[in-house]
Amino acid sequence: MSGRLRAISLRILQAVPVVIGVVVISFVLTRALPGDPAVYFAGPAADEASIAQIRKELGLDRSWPEQFAIYVGALLSGDLGKSLSTGQPVLSDLATRLPASLELTLVSLLLACAIAIPLGVLAATRPGSWIDHLCRILVTAGVSLPTFFTGVVLIYVFYYLLGFAPSPLGRLDFIYIAPPATTGFYLIDAAIVGDWSTWAAALRQLVLPATTLALFTLAPIARMTRAAMLSALSADFIRTARAAGLRGRTVLFAYAFRNALLPVVTTLGMVFSFMLGANVLVEKVFAWPGVGSYAVEALVVSDYAAVQGFVLAMALLFVALNLLIDLIYSLIDPRIGFSAQ
Amino acid sequence: MTEAMHEPPRSRSTLDHALYVLRDNPVTLIAFAMFALLLFMALFGPLVAPYDPLASNTDVALKPPSAAHWFGTDNLGRDVFSRVLVAARLDLMISIAAVALSFIVGSVLGAAAGYWGGWIDTVLGRLLDTIMAFPLFVLAMGIVAALGNSVENIIYATAIINTPFYARLVRAEVNIRRNAGFAQAAKLAGNSDLRVLAFHIFPNALPPMMVQVSLNLGWSILNAAGLSFIGLGVRPPTAEWGVMVAEGANFIVSGEWWVALFPGLALMFAVFTFNLLGDGLRDIVDPRQRT
Amino acid sequence: MTRSNSRRDFLKLSGASIGAASLPFLKYMPAQAADDVIVAVMGQTINSLDLHRTGTNRPSYQVAVNCYDRLISFGTKKTPDGGLSYDYSVLEPELAESWTTSADGLTLTFKLKSDAVFQDGAPVTAEDVKWSFDRAVSAGGFPTVQMKAGGLLRPDQFLVEDEKTFVIKLDRASKLTLPDLAVPVPFILNSKLAKSKATADDPWAMEFVHKNTIGSGAYKVIRWDPGQQLVYERNDSWKGGPLPGIKRLVLREVPSQATRRALIERGDVQVSFNIPNKDASELGGKTKVFSTPIENSIYVVGVNYKFEPFQDPDVRKALAYAIPYAEIFKAAAYERGSPMWGGDGKIETIDWPQKSPYSTDMEKAKAHLEKSAFAKGFEVPFSISLGQTDWMEPTALLIQESLGKLGVKCAIEKIPSANWRTASLVEKRLALHLEGFGGWLNYPCYYFFWAYKHGHLFNSSNYKNDEIEKLVDETLHMPTDDPSYAPKVKRMFEIAFEDLPRIPLWQPALNVATHGAKGYEYWFHRQLDARKLAKG
Repeated sequence: MSGRLRAISLRILQAVPVVIGVVVISFVLTRALPGDPAVYFAGPAADEASIAQIRKELGLDRSWPEQFAIYVGALLSGDLGKSLSTGQPVLSDLATRLPASLELTLVSLLLACAIAIPLGVLAATRPGSWIDHLCRILVTAGVSLPTFFTGVVLIYVFYYLLGFAPSPLGRLDFIYIAPPATTGFYLIDAAIVGDWSTWAAALRQLVLPATTLALFTLAPIARMTRAAMLSALSADFIRTARAAGLRGRTVLFAYAFRNALLPVVTTLGMVFSFMLGANVLVEKVFAWPGVGSYAVEALVVSDYAAVQGFVLAMALLFVALNLLIDLIYSLIDPRIGFSAQ
Repeated sequence: MTEAMHEPPRSRSTLDHALYVLRDNPVTLIAFAMFALLLFMALFGPLVAPYDPLASNTDVALKPPSAAHWFGTDNLGRDVFSRVLVAARLDLMISIAAVALSFIVGSVLGAAAGYWGGWIDTVLGRLLDTIMAFPLFVLAMGIVAALGNSVENIIYATAIINTPFYARLVRAEVNIRRNAGFAQAAKLAGNSDLRVLAFHIFPNALPPMMVQVSLNLGWSILNAAGLSFIGLGVRPPTAEWGVMVAEGANFIVSGEWWVALFPGLALMFAVFTFNLLGDGLRDIVDPRQRT
Repeated sequence: MTRSNSRRDFLKLSGASIGAASLPFLKYMPAQAADDVIVAVMGQTINSLDLHRTGTNRPSYQVAVNCYDRLISFGTKKTPDGGLSYDYSVLEPELAESWTTSADGLTLTFKLKSDAVFQDGAPVTAEDVKWSFDRAVSAGGFPTVQMKAGGLLRPDQFLVEDEKTFVIKLDRASKLTLPDLAVPVPFILNSKLAKSKATADDPWAMEFVHKNTIGSGAYKVIRWDPGQQLVYERNDSWKGGPLPGIKRLVLREVPSQATRRALIERGDVQVSFNIPNKDASELGGKTKVFSTPIENSIYVVGVNYKFEPFQDPDVRKALAYAIPYAEIFKAAAYERGSPMWGGDGKIETIDWPQKSPYSTDMEKAKAHLEKSAFAKGFEVPFSISLGQTDWMEPTALLIQESLGKLGVKCAIEKIPSANWRTASLVEKRLALHLEGFGGWLNYPCYYFFWAYKHGHLFNSSNYKNDEIEKLVDETLHMPTDDPSYAPKVKRMFEIAFEDLPRIPLWQPALNVATHGAKGYEYWFHRQLDARKLAKG
């Protein structure tokens, strides 16, 4: 156990240069953006003097190294700065918006798994059959559509034409008030206080954006499931199990699927971090108050602090996620030590 | 080709295998046919297009599909069919250029890291980790926003976010083969490190990379489309599928679905083709995955 | 299906939700919600509740309008399409009960309403007015600039005569001062409350006012989720005008324009603010659209004098004759607003904007270009803003195509919103571009002051003409009934049409759609004034 602990801390140590790299690159990238935030935020009729005053207030009159030193200093004390476009501290913006993105991403990931894993298993049990091809075409079609396009089409059909879906106005219909924040996930928070009608309302709002995102992620999950199942099914121990007269279903799920899980979990981790970045566009279409739409808006108006804060948060999340996957790995398959490689 | 030097019998069997796979797997066959169609559009699109894709005519703005305009017209009265056809060349060019660039840069970096290891490997590994730790789409957005939205910059941005995948792949493939018998033999035969790396070891990484390439081609098109949606796409009035879908998306709710649908279908068709092709290539180059 | 369910659940449960009253907000809007709550959507985001704060964006100005009072306000008039509009010609009391101007025009004396109170019950005093004005001229940035336009520069100009009497001393009499007091900027804050929240670093309580509305206005903000929504609640003790017909206004921010259209068409929201021209021309049935031409505003093609070919008057005229005005008005404006081309060349009124004498005539365009030193044509980048593509992109594309026929090649360059102002207005480095300035104070001289005077912000063309400089200086503060005013203004128009640093296209319209709401009123500040809104 202590070995595992040591390995974990080693992994965290390895992540340090990555985080430093992210801080530096995001700083340089934001400064390279063409906009001048001072002019933008000085307002429509500002003159030279007031722009200069704002530039000074924002600390933009200093040299880059100075600005960087100030930024890092604040960062070390946990201060991500203040977003100009929302007028709030970036930390509190992220704290309210990250759960929205995570909830959307997780729900769509669950949805995608619920469809893609059975499809993958099905395809793997009948490789080369029409079912296999159909699965392949289905999931490939999903990944071939730009998410913003799928989103608008879904809104058009299910909200505008048919009226099945609730109005695409973010996380809750306006008549509901957000449940008291414990985790920031509306589904969980509403369940905690037992407010099931808000829970249902939050779920309804989730359906369309989650479907949009899930469609896009079916392919990698289904593909990996199929491939992993195929190689598991062709393994010696399966042949042995079959020869020993075990039922097909038992072999499939108790033996093959268990062994196929490992690569699938890895894929899930990658897909998750990819989705967090990719739902930028979905959030924009569905007025979803997540970090993705936040980052886009911030980037367009050169809101330095907000962009840097967002990138840093995502990077930390990414590092944490990789750690988590490694841990899950060693739990699923105890033979794999938590090697620090 | 160099591969053939070491394993001469394989090239023939690969061809046989490819034919076998194609026969056995109609979907891949269809994918190749679709790819041919895409190439045709890219090469001859401007010649076949019935209208000038840039010519506006506000008298016929936003007309639904008809005999004169198969895919209808957009808000400036431009022929959507012609624009979809002509856009194929630019879209393919963006994705192919971006993928080629990341392929080359990724290969060089990955091969160096995998072959020599040591500090190169460490530094490169951390650098790639750093890029991967960025939300990739936002990174691409940032790059295009910082450099300005021209076709070249879209290509660079897409290439940068793709590079880590190639570099890692090549690094892994090179790393496991650097001490393999054939590499040792080549070295003993007096080949320089670079030569051994470039002509003996690296070619082994090509098959898995081809799969990555075809998947990435589709992804690059989607990425460019996403940038267009944010407003960071190619400059108007150039016809590009992503821009057309992004602009057309605003017309869907008002009932002018054709403005977005047809470029959307074209986009989907291209990405779909590349994805199927990638799958098919995987079957050809990596027979172990099919049983 | 789900929809009716949710409403039912909501009605069923609203009785039970009283238990939740210990929370700052009920889990649901109270049951009467349906009748006196309006939901409005807009595409932009509110970033502060305090207009005076550095970095407050335009959409946030509406908070100053809805939650605060000014001394005076403008009247209301009916528009031809049956809607309401503010009336620039009438000044009405808001917090001031009455006001007088001294004979020399240098002293303005305001009597405050005796019963006016802030939302915490404290009476509104002249002290509060002075503190608020001091704040506006000291905050820097836009508020200070706007105050300056009315001749309000320094705190020592603002005097407290007694508890209910407030005096402004001016350096020079100007027709701009009174109207400038009715714009959103000089709003009155509760100075006692603000001072109690002020610190040494923050003497104007910017941090507190940023998140709290402490005025005497028609509404107060009871909930603000930045980037998502703002909830206004009626202030029942408002004295500035007739009480609003609704208890609450929920303002949702919805970035996607397609989504906003779907929402208003289905009637799930009652107001959609600032909708695209295309939607405005198409929405009908239960959805009512108000398209009000924006006063003192024109969309123009900016022709930058810094760019060599544009220094040639024939090149500028060639451009003006080559622009396909009618096509642009159709494809970019969807015929909302008013055409500003094809006038008869006679300047008879001092109405601004008015039609330019140019219209599309390729022959004349070619003739002018041939007379110029650039007969073979030239290449020029054509810049548009990423944030305003809905009208700029089709306009630019049509102009690009037409100029191409003259041999003038333009490459369209989209500039991100953050950089647009810097590039176009501050650095003034865009050779060919589109611009859409509108003056808050509705005088032609005020428009020319901003858009034609050398070095001024909206003169994005680096235009300089000595006669214009002189005429603007002379007319800016002159009363409009002065006999020399009209001739001077007409002369300015003449020069502007001859020199063409800004080629007029059309006067834009502000489009607002309502579905189950009435009482929408157009204002020059182009933000949602919710004070007259009601259901129905």
